[in-house]
Amino acid sequence: MLKRFRRGDSGMIPIVIGLIVLAAYFQIRSSVFLSTGNLTNLMVQATIFVLLGIAEVWLLLLGEIDLSAGFNAGLAGAIAVILVDQQFHWSWYFAVGLALIASTGFGALWGFLVIGLRLPSFIVTLAGQLGLEGLVLWIVDSQGTGGSISIHEPVLYNIVYGDFTPLFTIIFIVVTVLGLSFSLVRTNASRASRNLESVPMLLMLLRIAGLVIGGGLLIWIFNSNRGKFTPIHGMPFAILIVGVVLGACTFIMNKTKPGRYLYAIGGNAEAARRAGIAVNRYRLMAFMMTGLISGIAGLVYVSNLNGISDSINGGTLVLYAVAAAVIGGTSLFGGRGKMVHALIGGVVIATIYNGMALIQLGAPQQYIATALVLLGAVTIDSLARRGSTIVK
Amino acid sequence: METTPENDNLTSSAVGQSGPVGSGVDSSAPMLLSLRDITKSFGAVQALQHVDLDIPAGQVTALIGDNGAGKSTLIKTVSGIWAPTSGSMYWQGQEVHVHTPRDATHLGIATVYQDLALCDNLDIVQNMYLGREDTKVGLLDEISMELATTKTLKDLSVSTVKSVRQLVGSLSGGQRQAVAVARAVMRESKLVILDEPTAALGVSQTAQVLDLIKTLSSHGIAVLVISHNLNDVFSVADRIAVMYLGTLVSHGPIANYDRNSAVEMITTGKSDRVAALAASN
Ligand SMILES: Nc1ncnc2c1ncn2[C@@H]1O[C@H](COP(=O)(O)OP(=O)(O)O)[C@@H](O)[C@H]1O
Ligand SMILES: [Mg+2]
Repeated sequence: MLKRFRRGDSGMIPIVIGLIVLAAYFQIRSSVFLSTGNLTNLMVQATIFVLLGIAEVWLLLLGEIDLSAGFNAGLAGAIAVILVDQQFHWSWYFAVGLALIASTGFGALWGFLVIGLRLPSFIVTLAGQLGLEGLVLWIVDSQGTGGSISIHEPVLYNIVYGDFTPLFTIIFIVVTVLGLSFSLVRTNASRASRNLESVPMLLMLLRIAGLVIGGGLLIWIFNSNRGKFTPIHGMPFAILIVGVVLGACTFIMNKTKPGRYLYAIGGNAEAARRAGIAVNRYRLMAFMMTGLISGIAGLVYVSNLNGISDSINGGTLVLYAVAAAVIGGTSLFGGRGKMVHALIGGVVIATIYNGMALIQLGAPQQYIATALVLLGAVTIDSLARRGSTIVK
Repeated sequence: METTPENDNLTSSAVGQSGPVGSGVDSSAPMLLSLRDITKSFGAVQALQHVDLDIPAGQVTALIGDNGAGKSTLIKTVSGIWAPTSGSMYWQGQEVHVHTPRDATHLGIATVYQDLALCDNLDIVQNMYLGREDTKVGLLDEISMELATTKTLKDLSVSTVKSVRQLVGSLSGGQRQAVAVARAVMRESKLVILDEPTAALGVSQTAQVLDLIKTLSSHGIAVLVISHNLNDVFSVADRIAVMYLGTLVSHGPIANYDRNSAVEMITTGKSDRVAALAASN
C-alpha cells in the first residue's frame, strides 16, 4: 500500500482518513453528528455534490470543465417542477424526460462550441453559466409565484423525501454487496487461473470484509427510526439514484471502449487520434454526459429543496462539484480521475456543511473550512505524486 | 481506377536514366505503396516537393536525409496525419486517399512516430490495444489483451518491463520505443513505418530493434525505416531512399549505394558514385 502511495496511486486513503478525523471532531463537538438520523440527512445533502461532481469528472478527465453545470441542474429542476405543477400538469415522466433532454442539449451545445469552434471550455461554459442563470430566473419569475415554486407532485417530492421499506433497503444493499464481491472474486480468480498478476487472498478478504461492513453500516443507518413524531425508516430514493449513476458511470469508464478512449484523449489526444479514435465524437459525448447528469442532479436538488427558487446559486454549486472531484483525487489537467472520487469528495463537503451547521458555525467558517480541505487534498495528492515516476 | 504508376524509377538527376533497376525487385509486380508527385506545404514552407517513391512488399526501405530534409513530414503524409497539398498515392496499384490515421490503419499501414504517441496515463496493455481493443460481449476483455501483450513482448524479446500493467509514463525511452514498435507489429500490418526507432536507444536495444525489423521483413511485411545511423541502414535495408531539402533525390536497391555515396547524397543531394554503381548493376 505504501508502494502504491509512492507510485502516485495513493488511492483515497488520505482523504478517507481526513473524513474520519472530521467526523470525530464533529462528534466530539455535537453528540448528534453520528446519529443515524443525521447521517442519513448528511448523505442526502451530499447527493447534489456527488452527482454534480460525477458530471464534472466526465469533462475533467479530458482536461475540460463545465462551469454551467450548477445552473444547468437548476434549469432541469425548474423545468420539471413547472411542468408537473401550476398550469401544465404534465405526467412526471414527460416532465423529467424533457428536463433531462434540455440539460443534455445544453451540454451538447457547449460541446459543439468547444469542439467545432475550438473555444476553451472554461469560457464557453462561463458564458453558459451566465446564460442559464438568466434563463432559470426568467422561467421561474415568469410563473408569477413570487420567485419560487414548490412541488406538489408526489414523484418529484419523493425523490428525496420518499424511502424504500426497510426490507427493500436490506435486499438492495445485500444484493449490491454480493454483486460487487462476486465480481471482485471472479475477476481475480480468472486472472489467477491464467497466471496473471492477481490480488493476494488476504487483501481480497479484507476488501470483501470492507464491503460487508460498509453495507451493514448503511443498513443500520437507513433502517433505524429517524422520525421525531412518526417513525421514518429506510433508504431515501435519492441514494439509489446516486448509486445507479455512480455505478453506471464507473462501469462505462472501466469496462467499455468509450471509457478507455476518454482516458486516452485526456492523457494524449494526439496519440488517441493517431490510434484511429474519433476524438471529437467522444469529447462531445463527455459534454453530453455532463449535461445529462447535471440534469439528474437538478431533479434531486429541487426535490430536496421542495421546489425551485430564483435565488438558486448554481455558481457556488458547480465550484463545490469541481472541489468534490478534486478532493477525491481527480486531476484538473485531464487523464487522471475516477467517478468514485466525486462520491468521496462530495461526502467530505457535505460533512463540513452538515457538521458546521450542527455546531452552529455559520457560512463564513464553512466556506473557509472547505477551502482548507480542498487545499489540503490537492497538497497531499501533489506530494504523493512528486515522489512518483508518473509525469502527470 | 487509375493504372499502376511505373515502377522503380531512380529519381536522382545524377543518375539520369529510367526503367527498372536492380535485382531485388520484380518490376512487373505492383508496388505495395507508390507516391507520385507528392507536395506538402506548411504556409510558406515547402516541406515536400514533387516526391516520387515506390515501396515494394516484404522489403526494408531506409529513408535517409539530413535534419529537416522532410523525412518525418513524408511518413506523416503516408500515415494520414495530414493530407498532402498535392500529388497521389497508390496502394497495391490502386489510387487511395489517406486523410486520417484510421484510413492508413485500414490499408495496413502502422506507424511508430518519433514522438511515439503513447498515452502516459495508460498502462502498456492499454496502449498496445488503443483503438482496437478486444471485447467480450461488448466489454473490454482485459485478460485476453494482457495475455497477447505479454506474448508479443516476449516474441520481440523485450524483457526489461516488469509488468505489462505499468503505466507507460513510468517507462524508460527504450522501453517506450519497444512498446511502440510492439504495438505496430501487433496490428498485422502490411507496411510498418518507423521514424528513427533507434535514435534514443543503447547498443543492445538498438540491436534488438534491428533484429525486429529483419523479423518483420522475413514475415513479408514491408518496413520503411528512417534512420540517421548508416550502420543501421546498411545492416538492415534492402533499399535506400534519400531526401534532400524536401525532395527525394535518389532511391533504389542498396547495392547501388555505399557509405560514401550515401553520405554525399545526404549532404549535397547528389552523387556520381550512385550513378556509376547503378549503371554497373
Ligand atoms: N507541422 C509543421 N508545421 C510547419 N512546418 C513543419 C511542420 N512539420 C515539419 N515542418 C517543417 O518541414 C521541414 C521538414 O521537417 P521534418 O519532416 O520534421 O524533417 P526530418 O524528419 O527529415 O528531420 C522542416 O523545415 C520543418 O521545419
Ligand atoms: Mg524527423
